[in-house]
Amino acid sequence: MIGIVSYGTYIPKFRIRVEEIARMWNEDSNAIKQGLGVSEKSVPDIDEDTATMSVEASREAISRAKIDPKKIEAIFVGSESHPYAVKPTATIVGEALGVGNYYFCADLEFACKAATAGIQICFAMVKAGMINYGLSIGSDTAQAKPGDALEYTAAAGAVAVIVGKDPIAEIEATVSYTSDTPDFWRRDLQPYPSHGGRFTGTPAYFRHVISAAKKLMESYGYTAKDFDFAVFHQPNAKFPQRVASMLGFSEEKIADGMLVRAIGNTYSASSLMGLCGILDKAQPGQRILLVSFGSGAGSDAFAIRVTDKILEYPRNAKVWDKAKNCVYIDYGLYLKHRRMIK
Amino acid sequence: MVPRFWRKIKYRYEILTSFCENCGNHYYPQREICPKCRREGVLKEEKVCDYGKVLSYTVVNGRTIALVEFDNGAKMLAEVCGKVEIGKKVRKAFRKYGEDGDFGIIYYGTKFIPIEEQN
Ligand SMILES: [Zn+2]
Repeated sequence: MIGIVSYGTYIPKFRIRVEEIARMWNEDSNAIKQGLGVSEKSVPDIDEDTATMSVEASREAISRAKIDPKKIEAIFVGSESHPYAVKPTATIVGEALGVGNYYFCADLEFACKAATAGIQICFAMVKAGMINYGLSIGSDTAQAKPGDALEYTAAAGAVAVIVGKDPIAEIEATVSYTSDTPDFWRRDLQPYPSHGGRFTGTPAYFRHVISAAKKLMESYGYTAKDFDFAVFHQPNAKFPQRVASMLGFSEEKIADGMLVRAIGNTYSASSLMGLCGILDKAQPGQRILLVSFGSGAGSDAFAIRVTDKILEYPRNAKVWDKAKNCVYIDYGLYLKHRRMIK
Repeated sequence: MVPRFWRKIKYRYEILTSFCENCGNHYYPQREICPKCRREGVLKEEKVCDYGKVLSYTVVNGRTIALVEFDNGAKMLAEVCGKVEIGKKVRKAFRKYGEDGDFGIIYYGTKFIPIEEQN
């Protein structure tokens, strides 16, 4: 049985409210909150980035499972905000964790789904007997152009997932759906991403998430009823709500994973942060549907079944508590934290 | 600049102390010989735990630099992110130290976070 052996999360403590951003641009904050279903977002400290958050989340994952770091034989970091354009983030993480020098290692990039791709790679490597444990991390400090619609949701956070045998949550099945769809991109040397506006909805997010979820269910004989929880990538709260109802999942089945409401879109960490919110309370035998989405575009769908091992696994501090434990900042401090003023 | 930093990575990313098996003391930074036992000392590399206590602190250019004591008795000077008081418990955190301009490398290392601000 192969699956998730441990998980760790990191959410920076600072938040900025939608009202505060709307105030700068003379926009109607109630209409924005209604439209996005998001009321605030997480902001990193001035000395935090994708690498530091990756290390924090990974250290939590390692200490919870009491795994000797030397047994982690693969590290993949998925992000669209790697600190360097050329020089891996994953080597910084490996060094800080003390995994030694003999490990498979790469930075992955596929917009917001790079870390679920990393989980698939770790799963395959464990299954092939190449490694004992693999670590996949989704971490982002998302940048948005001041005044762009994305500024309300582009947040920061990291999730680390250790894949191996004898898991707390078995990965029963996984499939991917991929196509060349330019819904969101950032050209080389440009500081901020661009997006196709409304084009990001139907042909991008909905088509890929639904196609991956349906293929998983068809291929492995699941129906929506077989899942106790579902979690989807969360660019805002509306998209996952709509996709859940299209696939036949009730509001209750997605509620525990909807971290976007409290911290915004953590990009590569987004769907996994939701998964951790669910794993924090899930009981043995319960099954979770996880579907990520990465612009460009693709979705990875997973059927994950919680095992008895979760009963002896330490699950504090819980993700929702981390989301609520925060300090609010104003727009000026926000610009300083995001290094838009130096 | 780069080689000098590279040699320090091991000690900045993780807090390593010298533990003397002869007298039971921990030292930071690491020592070649035990300052107490001299030639009788037997030194071994040991990681400190994640938590420490602030013995004293000062604010320099808006940064809080504290003398942190670990449970094993080793002490270190390090930056604390956030408000601090003498006696306060802190947790180690992996943070950016700085960067060498827009083209140079980014430095990382260990800082500390006051415990109730931990998230
Ligand atoms: Zn000694």
